[in-house]
Amino acid sequence: MSIPVPIEELALPQYDISSITYKPRIQLKGRISRSTIEELSRSKREPEWMLRLRLRSLELFEKLPTPNWLVGVEELDLEELTHYIQPDVERVSSWDQLPSEIRRVYEKLGLPEIEARVLSGLAAQFESENIYLSFKKFLEEKGVILMDMSEAVIKYPDLVKKYFMRVFPPSDHKFAALHGAVWSGGVFLYVPPGVRVEAPIEAFFFVASELEAQFEHTLIVADEGSFIHFIEGCAAPLFKKYSFHDGMVEIYAHRNSHVKFTTVQNWSKNLINFNNKRAILEEGAVVEWAEGSLGSKVSYVYPSVILKGRGSRASIYNITLAKGKTWKDSGAKAYHLAPETSSEVVSKSISAQGGVAVYRGLVKMARGARNSKAAVKCDSLLLDTESKAYTYPKNEIEEDDALVVHEATTGRLSEDALFYAQSRGLTEDEARRLLVIGYVGDILKNLPFEYQVVFRRVLELEFEELGGYG
Amino acid sequence: MVELEVSNLYVKVEGREIIRGVSFHVGGGKITVIVGPNGSGKSSLLLSIMGHPRYTVTQGKILLNGEDISSLKPHERARKGIFLAFQNPPELPGVNILSFLTEAASKLGRPSDIGAVYASLQAVGLPKEYSDRNVNEGFSGGEKKRLELAQAFMLDPSVVMLDEPDSGLDIEGLRMLSRLVRDLASRGKAVLLVSHNPKTLEYISPDKVLVLVSGRIALEGGIEVVRKIESEGFPVIAE
Repeated sequence: MSIPVPIEELALPQYDISSITYKPRIQLKGRISRSTIEELSRSKREPEWMLRLRLRSLELFEKLPTPNWLVGVEELDLEELTHYIQPDVERVSSWDQLPSEIRRVYEKLGLPEIEARVLSGLAAQFESENIYLSFKKFLEEKGVILMDMSEAVIKYPDLVKKYFMRVFPPSDHKFAALHGAVWSGGVFLYVPPGVRVEAPIEAFFFVASELEAQFEHTLIVADEGSFIHFIEGCAAPLFKKYSFHDGMVEIYAHRNSHVKFTTVQNWSKNLINFNNKRAILEEGAVVEWAEGSLGSKVSYVYPSVILKGRGSRASIYNITLAKGKTWKDSGAKAYHLAPETSSEVVSKSISAQGGVAVYRGLVKMARGARNSKAAVKCDSLLLDTESKAYTYPKNEIEEDDALVVHEATTGRLSEDALFYAQSRGLTEDEARRLLVIGYVGDILKNLPFEYQVVFRRVLELEFEELGGYG
Repeated sequence: MVELEVSNLYVKVEGREIIRGVSFHVGGGKITVIVGPNGSGKSSLLLSIMGHPRYTVTQGKILLNGEDISSLKPHERARKGIFLAFQNPPELPGVNILSFLTEAASKLGRPSDIGAVYASLQAVGLPKEYSDRNVNEGFSGGEKKRLELAQAFMLDPSVVMLDEPDSGLDIEGLRMLSRLVRDLASRGKAVLLVSHNPKTLEYISPDKVLVLVSGRIALEGGIEVVRKIESEGFPVIAE
């Protein structure tokens, strides 16, 4: 039985953090050239294979066309961005060791408290590098590796090389290639066979400058029969000029492993966000993506699964808030390549004040995916007449006995339900907020309690700003 | 003691006049019943008193303890102690009973802890585990009615309007309803009840019966009016 959410009891993220300036140690700006990449790789003391991967990605980036269906990225000018910012801060494993100016940012975001209450590990990235990384000793003793991605490239080259950009190759599209060329930061997580990490591990990404580009890379390898819940959080202060994010998450779920990956994306309202997320599932593996896309100005995110092993299962849950002049393009892709695989996609969008929410999805049942099933449900909630929602589902079915179900609804809040809540003493705004949070309630209830609180609070704050809808 | 007075009330919905010059008053500790044929305006009258935005008061007053509340918003009326148990309560998808009732109770300054929710559910024969279910989602007709009564119990209003609370209730439910209505009146609440069930009305034994026909009060009296309707029907009354 759930209990009423004691919102006031938890230090909640403050998303009104003003600009923070901290002197960088190294910065790479302007046009991305071979020499930029070489300098970046050299500064990270990377092995030759990683430099080659970066240079090959750069070639692909230069060759691949910009997708012609992208909307809202007209102002994106890669030449005016800073692609790598190494803050002049040593990585630490205790909050006290961070410079107070930076520590205060994370305290305002509530991270130290959430870490103490919920997490078994936390990595905090500031600009392009992790400046804080800590995780429980007993997990280290069980062989779990949680490490800064660059450090893992050096320390575990064979393990990393086996998976790095093999799940999501740079050739996939132009911005995957860009990521491959200039990636920095992010974490490597390896969970050994049979190890269950019950308390989640979180990586938190903070963009601290305008015209900054962040390209963190998260790679999770869950070995046979293991379990892990990974959470990523994102925040950025509101700057006068835009910032850019082109991150990547790769998950390799070995036989009978189970990976949950939850994103609480609350970038500032002038950040352009591309996020490349894909998982490969071996036999009997389970992957659950939960994507909360609350912030950013423009967002393109489609968590994907490749169901490669017999009996593998995946779910992809999205909550998308498109408020104000925003374009939120989100969706899911499920490639069923093996028999008896199943996928479930539930997408819920909320459009308000002229916001546009788009669902773009693909279900592919390849030849050989016998007795497989996929269910896609996308609901769009429009809170006024200026806002819009579009749905572009695509099904490719090559196996006769595959079952694919697609449901889509677009609607407004029920006037009867609004009146009902008001008749119990809630103001019109409170009633709307209650119903909107209820609308995404089925997805929220799958999250750890503390993150439900964060989600609810962010939505509530958005609604406080909005006031009544017309 | 609370007093609700409706004075010469005219109400329009979508340009059509549906309440035409209705006047009555309900005092604290008293039970007033409204009966009438389908479409006579019974539910519309209760929704108008609750402040539904689709219903426009074009003339007359709704007075609560002498104050005209006819221009107040629904939540303001609720906070002044008016409650409506809906004839067809809507579903609130994703909103569970516990969070809904605790939020409503806190807005009205009533005890809003989990124990209060359990007590109100149990008072109407619903298991306390229902607190985890979404409001009215997947509920039978009878369960919806019980949940409405549970809210009346928890939110402790001074004016309780019940719109056909007995439809869909089983025999145990009808007994519980009758007990609850009498209990509300004995605790000084003003009760306004719409019902078609003569047995419920006999058991409740109302202080006053109003017969509403075509938006007007056609007849007013005691329980004998119900007996008259039962034997003669509404058309005779209307004449």
